[in-house]
Amino acid sequence: MHKKTTYLIPYMLWIGLFVIAPMALILYQSFFNISGHFTMGNYEQYLTNGVYLKMTFNSILYALIITMSTLLISYPTALLLNRLKNKQFWLLLVILPTWINLLLKTYAFIGLFSQNGSVNDFLRFVGVGSHQILFTDASFIFVAAYIEIPFMILPIFNSLAELNPSMINASRDLGANSWQTFRRVILPLTMPGVKAGFQAIFIPSLSLFMITRLIGGNRVITLGTAIEEHFLVTQNWGMGSTIGVVLILAMFVVMYLTRDRKAKGGRIQ
Amino acid sequence: MANSVIEFRQVNKSFDETKVLDEIDFEIEAGKFYTLLGPSGCGKTTILRLIAGFADATSGDILFEGQKINELPANERQVNTVFQDYALFPHLNVFENVAFGLEIRKISKTEIKTAVNEALKLVHLSDYGNREISELSGGQQQRVAIARAIVNEPKVLLLDEPLSALDHKLRKEMQGELRDLQRRLGITFIFVTHDQEEALAMSDQIFVMNAGKILQSGSPVDIYDEPINHFVADFIGESNIVPGKMQRDYVVNFDGQDFSCVDAGMKPNEAVEVVIRPEDLDIVAVDTGQVNVTVDTQLFRGVDYQISAHDKMNNEWKINSIHKTSVGQIVGLAFEPEDIHIMRYHETEDDFDARLETYE
Repeated sequence: MHKKTTYLIPYMLWIGLFVIAPMALILYQSFFNISGHFTMGNYEQYLTNGVYLKMTFNSILYALIITMSTLLISYPTALLLNRLKNKQFWLLLVILPTWINLLLKTYAFIGLFSQNGSVNDFLRFVGVGSHQILFTDASFIFVAAYIEIPFMILPIFNSLAELNPSMINASRDLGANSWQTFRRVILPLTMPGVKAGFQAIFIPSLSLFMITRLIGGNRVITLGTAIEEHFLVTQNWGMGSTIGVVLILAMFVVMYLTRDRKAKGGRIQ
Repeated sequence: MANSVIEFRQVNKSFDETKVLDEIDFEIEAGKFYTLLGPSGCGKTTILRLIAGFADATSGDILFEGQKINELPANERQVNTVFQDYALFPHLNVFENVAFGLEIRKISKTEIKTAVNEALKLVHLSDYGNREISELSGGQQQRVAIARAIVNEPKVLLLDEPLSALDHKLRKEMQGELRDLQRRLGITFIFVTHDQEEALAMSDQIFVMNAGKILQSGSPVDIYDEPINHFVADFIGESNIVPGKMQRDYVVNFDGQDFSCVDAGMKPNEAVEVVIRPEDLDIVAVDTGQVNVTVDTQLFRGVDYQISAHDKMNNEWKINSIHKTSVGQIVGLAFEPEDIHIMRYHETEDDFDARLETYE
C-alpha cells in the first residue's frame, strides 16, 4: 500500500502543478479587470459584445473545416496504408514531418506561397499568372490541415490494424459488397480511431495562433489569436483568461460529444 | 452427378512456395453432412475458404451446381460460413447481427423480423434479440453465429471448427444440435474439424485429409472399419497397428503365426500392416486366445481399463477391457477374423476401392 502512493507522487505533482493549478489560475484571473479589480465584466463583455461571439463562432467553424478536411484525406490514406506490404515503413514516412519543428514548417510554407515562391513560379510557368496565396483563408486551412494530418492518420490506422479480418470476411459472406462492408462494418468499428483523431485535431485547432498570424495574415482571428493578443499586446489578462476559460469549456464539450458510447449493456427485456 | 452442389476439379493452392492443397478432387451432394477431418495445417480450412470465396485457387476448377465459381466474389456465392472465432459484429446486438444478411438483400422489415425470430428460435435464443454480443457466453455466441448464417437459407453452410472453443459438455450438446439442425433444414453442411470423435458422431460422409491431400473419403463406419493407411487408422480412433505379411488371400502372418482374415487381393508374401481396434480385443486366460501378451501398464478410465501390453515380437498392443488385469501378468488376446483389417503400403484410395470390388 505504501509503495503505491510513492508511485503516485510524480503523477500527482504533474497534475497539480501543470493541470489543476494553471486552470485554477486562469479561472481566478478571469474575474479581474485590467486595473486589478474583481469583476464579472469580462464574462459580460464576452457574452454581449458581438466581436467575441463572432470570433468564437469563427474559431469553431475553421476548426471544423480543418478537422473535416484532414479526416477526408486521412481515412482513405489509413485504409490504403493498412493494405500495403511494408505498412509500418509507409506509416513512418507519414509521421516523419511531425518531428520537424512546427515553426520551421510554417516558414517553409511562407516561402512556397509568397509572391515569388515556388507555387507562383509554377503558376506563371503554366500560364495562369501569379496569385495571392499567402494570407488567404484557403492557405491557412491548407497549412493547418497539412500539419495535423499525421495526428488523424495514426489513430485511424491503429483502429484499422486492430480490426479483426474475419469481420470483413463475415460481412462479405453475408452478401455485403465492398461499399456495404465499409459502411456497415469497417466504419462503425473504427469510429474510436476517428473520434480520437477528431479530438487530437479539433481542440488544438480552436487555439491555433501562429499559423493564423504567419499564413492567415491575421485575417482569421481565432480564440487562440485573441488570447495571445490580450496577454501580449493589450495586457488585458482578465479578458484573455476569460477566453481561455471558454476554450477549456469547449474542450470538455468536445470530449463529451466524442466519448465512447458503447456502455449500454444490460438491456434485458 | 446430378445433385452435386459443389465440385472440386484438380484444385491446387500454394502460398509462395508451400503447397497447401495438392490436386484436390471431390463432389459434395446436396442435403448431406460432410466433414473435412485432419490435423491442423492439413488444408481443410483452406478448402472452406476456397468454397466461401475468401481465397483463390492457384489452379483447378471449383464448381457450384455445375457452374464454375472461381472468379465469383464471396458476397455473390450462395454459401454462408460459421467462423471459428464466430466473427459476430460487436457494434450490433444479437437481432441486428442475425438480420445483417437479410438487410443487405433489402428484404422488408416485417419479413426480416419474422425470419430472424425464427432463426433465433431454432438455436434456442428466442429472447436474446436485444442482448449485446459482449453479454453472451461462448456457447450463446456460437448459436448466434449459426443463426446469422442459416437465416439466409444458404444452399451450403460452411462450419470452420465452430465447436473448438467450447467446453467438452457443451461441445457434445452442440454436436447433437447441429446434426439435428442439418436434418431439419436439409441444407448441405461442410464441417471442418480436427476432432475425429466429432467427425464420426456427426457426419454422413468424412474426408480425411493430411498434408494437402484427401487420403480417404467415406461414411464414418467405412473409414473406421477399413482405414486405407497407417495415418488414417491412427488418426481415427485408437488402433493397434502391427507389421505383418500376407501369406495368401484371406491369410495373414503376424507375431509369428498365421491368422485367417477377410481381406484379399494382395500379392503373395506382400508386407502389410495389420489393424485391430482395442475394443475388438478380449482378454482371456493365457494360451486360450490367439496371441499372448505381457501387460505393461493399466489405466482406469471409468468405463473401462486402458491396458498397454507387448507380445513376443515386441509389438505394442492397446486393449480396452472392462476386466482388470495386473502389470506383468501374461494374458491371452482373443479376436475374430472380421476384427482384423489389412492395409497395404502406399495404396491410393482408387486402388483400394478397386481391390475391395474384386472380392466383396
